[in-house]
Amino acid sequence: MSALAVRGLEKRFGGLRVTAAVDLAVEPGERRLIIGPNGAGKTTLFNLIIGELRPDGGSITLFDRDITRVPSRRRIHLGIARTYQIITLFQGETLLRNVTLSLLGLSRLRWNPFVRLARQEALVARARETLARVALDHLAERPLAQTSYGERRRVEIAMALAQNPRVLLLDEPFAGLSVDERRDVLRLVTSIPRDVTIVMIEHDMDVALDFAERITVLHFGQVVVEGDRGEVVAHPRTKEIYLGE
Amino acid sequence: MKRLALAAALVILAAVPLWVGGTYYVNIASQILLFAIFALGVNVLVGYAGLASLGHAGLFGIAAYAGARVMNDGHGHVAVAAGALAVTLVASAAFAVLALRGTGLGFVMITVALGQIVWGVAYRWISITNGDNGISIKGRPSPLGLSLASPAAFYWATLAVFLVAVASMAIFVASPFGASVRGTRDQPRRMNALGYHVWMIRFLAFLLSGFWSGVAGLLYLYYNQFVSPQVVALTASAEALLMVISGGTATLLGPIVGSALVIVMKNVVSAYIERWNFVLGAIFVAIVVFMPEGLVPGTVRLARWAMAAWRPRAAAPVPAPGGEGGR
Repeated sequence: MSALAVRGLEKRFGGLRVTAAVDLAVEPGERRLIIGPNGAGKTTLFNLIIGELRPDGGSITLFDRDITRVPSRRRIHLGIARTYQIITLFQGETLLRNVTLSLLGLSRLRWNPFVRLARQEALVARARETLARVALDHLAERPLAQTSYGERRRVEIAMALAQNPRVLLLDEPFAGLSVDERRDVLRLVTSIPRDVTIVMIEHDMDVALDFAERITVLHFGQVVVEGDRGEVVAHPRTKEIYLGE
Repeated sequence: MKRLALAAALVILAAVPLWVGGTYYVNIASQILLFAIFALGVNVLVGYAGLASLGHAGLFGIAAYAGARVMNDGHGHVAVAAGALAVTLVASAAFAVLALRGTGLGFVMITVALGQIVWGVAYRWISITNGDNGISIKGRPSPLGLSLASPAAFYWATLAVFLVAVASMAIFVASPFGASVRGTRDQPRRMNALGYHVWMIRFLAFLLSGFWSGVAGLLYLYYNQFVSPQVVALTASAEALLMVISGGTATLLGPIVGSALVIVMKNVVSAYIERWNFVLGAIFVAIVVFMPEGLVPGTVRLARWAMAAWRPRAAAPVPAPGGEGGR
């Protein structure tokens, strides 16, 4: 049983075929890296998996359950979470409130207009614990607008982790970070327990290749190479289309 | 301190008929409160959900017309209130289903169209609405045997409803659902990716907004004992929106201050200045230029700035003689 399986996935934007019969099978607990040049269709693939885009063909299964027609918000409740390449957080709120909102998304409490959110102690305590996992608990009460870019990247990951996902999609988690911040985020990502399957898009090959167990190379919406680090790096197609040799 | 200020405000509000002087001003105060309830309702959508509506006078008017029809059919005041609010909620649901097909400008345009449809019905469907002549009702209710016929009694009844509206808004804003509504305003895509049903949250926010607009419409009917198509005109929706924006969106106090501003300009300043519309327009321009966030948050910002500018000078230590030359 694959944690995440994509079969024959197709997506067109008008005449442009951005995802062309993509097949992908990620095993439970696996660390999968998806690489490819700009415009290869990596983020589109994530948007299809999470349900923000509807595929024109093919299927997506999560632990053998077909989720192709499941609305995106329901997919989150089935155990899939994502981060965004462009940081998408609640600028006017504190770090604690950002993570609390993430926890609230999976709770029936989100519909309750009668109780005070700040007094939901169990929820707030879990939000603090999640912030501690990304070493940001000391900044819990700080407005997001007053944090650094690297800290916001960690909040992005914290919000995904707060949802206790079985499959986590990380879209360029190291983008725009300094060397020190990359190290911090890599440490954080590698500390995620094995019961969470991780699929990551990343351009920073030095960091990403160390992390990944299997690598998929996308080019013009197609899977052109797939294998472990050695196989992919040595493959002539990878060198031709991605490594520039 | 906050509780003391709140208690003082309550005492001042409750005592308005005793100190304001004259029934005319008591009636103005009633109008401010009932339009503040309307603005608080509009603020749920405009401020907290980020959906600017230009059709809410339609919902306000539907409540007033429905209440007038039920009353003139010979029913009691409980049936009038229940009927008016039920019809308004159904209309709000219909408005929401249609308007929530769009966001941003699309949402605004659909609400304009819906408001204009209600205006057209009020103006042209004479067998139901009595057209341009409007509908009069027989009198105000007497809840628990207390007559609301006098301006002071009606003011206190309106104040009671107003306080319930403010309290319910305060609870809503601090609640998980309030946080969900604000989240759909700030990051709808992220909210969806966190498992929220963005459309349903907006739909429920629309119903809440419509409910309080309906309550205000019903109070308006009882206040004037008359309703006509003027109530549902586009200008009425624009006025409600201006109340919210000028006072400060997504604040509790902002719509109340905005309502006071518009009602005072319309009813009091217009008695002294013939071209009061010009003055109102100039005030709105000044607000947009100097306090784009609205009067309430703008005043808070200016007060904080003034305090910060004053404090360092007041608290600055007097340098010791020769203290700077130690290096």
